[in-house]
This record gives sequence, structure tokens and C-alpha cells, in this order.
Amino acid sequence: MLGVQLAELLDGVPPGVGEALDLVTGFDDALVHGFARLSEERATALTSLAGALSATPLGGRVGEAAGKLAAGSVAEEHLTALAGGRAALFGAVHDALLARLDAVLGRVRVSWEEPPATPAPAADNLLSGCRSWLGELAITGWRGVDHDLVSASSQTIEALLPEPGLRRLAVLLDGLAAELRASCPVATVERLPARRWADLWTRALLLSQAGGLPGASESAGVVSGRLLILGVDVHEHGTAVQMQVHGILEPADGTPSRLVRTSVAAAKVDTIVGPALWRLLDGYPALLGALAGHRGLDVTDLPLLGSGDLVWHDDRARVGEPVDPFATARLQLAGALAAAVPPLDRHPVRIAEPVLVEGYRATADGTLDLGGGTLTVDVDRLPACGPLTPKLVASSSACIGLVRWDGGRWLLQPLAVQTTVKRQTVEVHTGDWALGPTDPKVVKAEARAGDAVAVLRERAGRLLRR
Amino acid sequence: MNADGAAWEQRSVARVVSPVQPRKLAKVPFVELADGRLQGVVSSGSDIARVYVSSITAGTHAFNCSTNNNRPCGGLYGSPCKHLQALAGEAVLQYGLDQVARYLHVEVGDGADLMSCLNGRHEPTPGAMVFSRFLRHLSYLELPGTTGPIAEMHWFPATGAIR
Repeated sequence: MLGVQLAELLDGVPPGVGEALDLVTGFDDALVHGFARLSEERATALTSLAGALSATPLGGRVGEAAGKLAAGSVAEEHLTALAGGRAALFGAVHDALLARLDAVLGRVRVSWEEPPATPAPAADNLLSGCRSWLGELAITGWRGVDHDLVSASSQTIEALLPEPGLRRLAVLLDGLAAELRASCPVATVERLPARRWADLWTRALLLSQAGGLPGASESAGVVSGRLLILGVDVHEHGTAVQMQVHGILEPADGTPSRLVRTSVAAAKVDTIVGPALWRLLDGYPALLGALAGHRGLDVTDLPLLGSGDLVWHDDRARVGEPVDPFATARLQLAGALAAAVPPLDRHPVRIAEPVLVEGYRATADGTLDLGGGTLTVDVDRLPACGPLTPKLVASSSACIGLVRWDGGRWLLQPLAVQTTVKRQTVEVHTGDWALGPTDPKVVKAEARAGDAVAVLRERAGRLLRR
Repeated sequence: MNADGAAWEQRSVARVVSPVQPRKLAKVPFVELADGRLQGVVSSGSDIARVYVSSITAGTHAFNCSTNNNRPCGGLYGSPCKHLQALAGEAVLQYGLDQVARYLHVEVGDGADLMSCLNGRHEPTPGAMVFSRFLRHLSYLELPGTTGPIAEMHWFPATGAIR
């Protein structure tokens, strides 16, 4: 990304975004206090949200739902309609922001094609269990949440987790429940993450509709070719970790290169943190080896979803030649074809577009000055499982990162930097420790602490099957 | 984070739960602040298949320690046994002294030891619940991995690079 491109990106907010977010804020405020006793002001906020959607296919349903809630009647279908309305507003915000970013970067994106319907996992009882808990939350409001209400989700989540097709929903609900539990009793908490919790609630309610989760990936086409890694984005909460690798796929059939993501995820517990996370993913040696060794991957017949996600099968990949991610970014990033975003995933939080930034002046307070404007570095998003630190970013001369948007502004999440250590140019990537830490100090600390994953696996093996 | 941009309340990605600090798990594989207690599981030093369930109640500081088969711990002579000492020590490592002391409602002066500031008595409490919570905790490690994209994890970024 160049200074002039950044200047264009930062030049005002796309029209309508501010208004849409104001409507969402009204909804989120109603959810803080619960839909059971809506004040007049909050009922008006819901009516305004419905009004904004009146010309859309959702208009009738959302309008009816807002009316019913204002009149004091709360039914599941009305909550679902409102969640759909809120998601649609964020979908529009997402589209406006991503279109602006694509235009600035000159990135070409394919348009979404609805895949043929595949049977989604049948789990009617479990899904209705999720919906009724989410309904209770909405009626009560965040302020009324106590330990009993949080614990009411435990059985459902426990039943969702073992089913891979329902894992998305399970991981989401488990993350939300843990945050609510840590905040209990919520009535006494000073400030609430109102936007965040409403986001999680909305997404969970949509995923727990019949057909809300995508079916199996078997219907997706398969691709073969060379996968060149740009970097890895690490996602984590107490009981889940996901490594999302961003890269460029050079298809073997000679079609244009594509921007792709591929993800591997594992369930975990809160005491497994830092570099130990990688050991949970030891079932993917090719992917981890390529990350740690800065190598390309030759892949054969991997399913490629319309969302640009390669569904990883480690046994269909072979670690190839060394490939410098910075060279990949310099040579290929500008011309690669970007994938569409599935309609239900359209929320600004999913915007994570890889870019190469260089020729900037990094400041100690976490910004990169590109001449045309300054980009704020999201230093909170540097994971403890890798060697990349805010200090390295502050002394860097080039950076591969993901452009993100949150809280009304654009941010850069670094995945790798080039910097100078003892007059030598070195590269530091978030995935450098995928096969174990390479920093002697960290190796020593890890050895002192012992292998958390091995200890807990031993305990599980001994105690669980008795 | 910088002061510009919208308020914390209007962020989709905001940290609510702080990640726990890494610690050795060999002796005390499970510690939690839950159900109004500091509770957890301590592995027996002599029998590899035996664990102790130990707990300290918030407020009253009543303590208990028993095996997973609900036999009282032999080390409890009116004062906390070594399992309870180990539990408290590991809880302080995992959550920090402030958070543990706040949860238990106890004042711990500068340089003082948490256990020496508690003045509760031994009170038998059923350990089965804690043990089953531990088994549920362990069951996460038995779940198969997945390779379908979990878009929802964008709300949960990994944090905490060494500063």
C-alpha cells in the first residue's frame, strides 16, 4: 500500500456508514437492558432500525418484530428478524468498507455465487436449545445476566462441540459464555462491550437457525497448485485456537493467481497459551513446516470454497522450495484475484486484507507514517505464540499485514516485518515458531514450564475413560 | 490503544477476558475461580491415578480437600494440607494475587502469603462437581481438530506478544 492509496482510504467515511452504525448502537443499547421492558426511547431505536430496512425484503418482518417488542411481546421469530436486520446493516457497512479498500488497492474481487444447497448437519434439538438460551439473554438483557443464566448454556455447548459441522456455533457460544461468566454479575460491571456482545449474540442466533450453518464442503470444487504463504493470523479464546494462513495460490491449470486463506483449528483449555498453542496442531506437519521454514506448499485436490478458503488436508500437501513471503507480496499481491465474502459472513470484523507496506516511518506510539497519512498498528493483535513484538514493528522498514476496520477506523495488523538487527536485515513472522520457539530465551522458559499439552493429554488419557 | 476512534463500547473486538499466565501444570493441572470458590485438582505425588479435589470458599475461607473418590485428604489436620497450599500457589501464578484475593475477599498485605491471610476452617464440601468440571475441561483436548474456516474467530484475536 502506498502513501497516496492510504490517503484515499482515510479520506472520509463511505456514505451511510455513520448512520447505519448509529442504528446498530440503538439496538445494542436495547440489548444491554433487555427486550422484556423496553423503555420508549429504546423501542423507538428498534423502530428506527426497522425503518431503515423498510425498502428491503427484510422490511416487513423486521417492522413487525419491532412493533411486537415495543408492545411488550417477545417471541423467538421476532428476535430472529431483528438479528437479521442488524446483520443486514452490518453487511451493508462491510460491503461499503471493503469496496472502498478494494478500489484503493486496485484489488479485483470475484462476485459471490451461491453454492448448491448441501444438507446441513441435522441437529434440530441442539439448535433450538441455542436459540432458547439466546432468547433468554435478549429478554433479560446483559445487565441482568447472572451465573445461573450463563450456566444454562453449558449442556448445549457441551453437546455441540463434538460435532465438527456445528463447531463454528459451539466455539462462538463458548467464547461468549466465558466472557459473560467472567463479567458476572453483569449488573455491577462499570462498562459493557455492548457492540461486541450484540455482534456475538446476533451471529449466534443466525447460525442456530435451521440452514444457518453451511453444509459440508464436498460440493466445492477442488484445486491443485502452489500455495505461497504471506503470513498467519492467530485467533484464540480460552477454549479454541485457529491459525488462519493467508497466501496466494498459483493454480496448476494456469488460471490467474488467487488470494486464499486456509485455516486449522483445535479445541484447547485456557492454560495452554503462547508457543504451546502450536503443539495442539501437530496433526498438520506440512502446513506448520512451511510456516516455520518460509517454504511454499504443493497442494493437490484441495477443496476451494467460494469464500476463498482452502479446506486444508495436510496429506494432500507437500512442503516445497523456500519462498520469501516478502517476495511473494511484492511480486504477486497486486495482481491476485480476491474471493467473494459469503453473505452471512459480511461484517466489518471479517475484513482482513493482506497488504505490503514499506517506505514508512514507524513511530514508537504504534503508527506507520506513509507520507500520505498514518496507519495505526493494531499492536494488541500480535500473538504471544510468535516472535513478532510491537518493538520490532516500531523498528521495521517493511511490513506484511492485514488491513482491518474496527471502532470507526482502519488498522493494520502485522503478520511479518523486515527490520535491521546488528546492521543485518532480518525478517520476523508470526508463524516462525510453528515448529517450536527459535529464541533461546523462550526455549528455556518453555522448558522450565514443561509441556502443558502433554501433561493435560496424559491426565485426560488416564482419568477420562474410567 | 490510541484515544482516537470510537469508544471501547462501540468496538467489535474488545478484550473482556485477560489470557491466563502460563504455569507448570504437572502438579496442579486445574485451577479455577468458579461457583464462589477457588477450586481445582491436584495430582497425587504417590499414585499416578489419584487426584485430590481442593477448594477454598470465597468470604468464609472454609477449605476442603478430598480424593476424587470423595475420601478426605489425610493431610487435613484442622489446617490446610499441602494440596491446598499448592492450589493457592498455582492460582496466584495463573490469575495474579490481586484477582485471587479479590475473589476470595481477603486482604493480603505487601509481601504476605495468601494462605497465611486466610482464617477459615475445614468444612466438607462435595468434590464431585469440581472433579466433573475438571473432566469436562480435559475433554476439550479430545475433540477432533477442524479445517473448515471459523469466521467467528475474527472476533477473538490472539494477543499478548511479549512487550
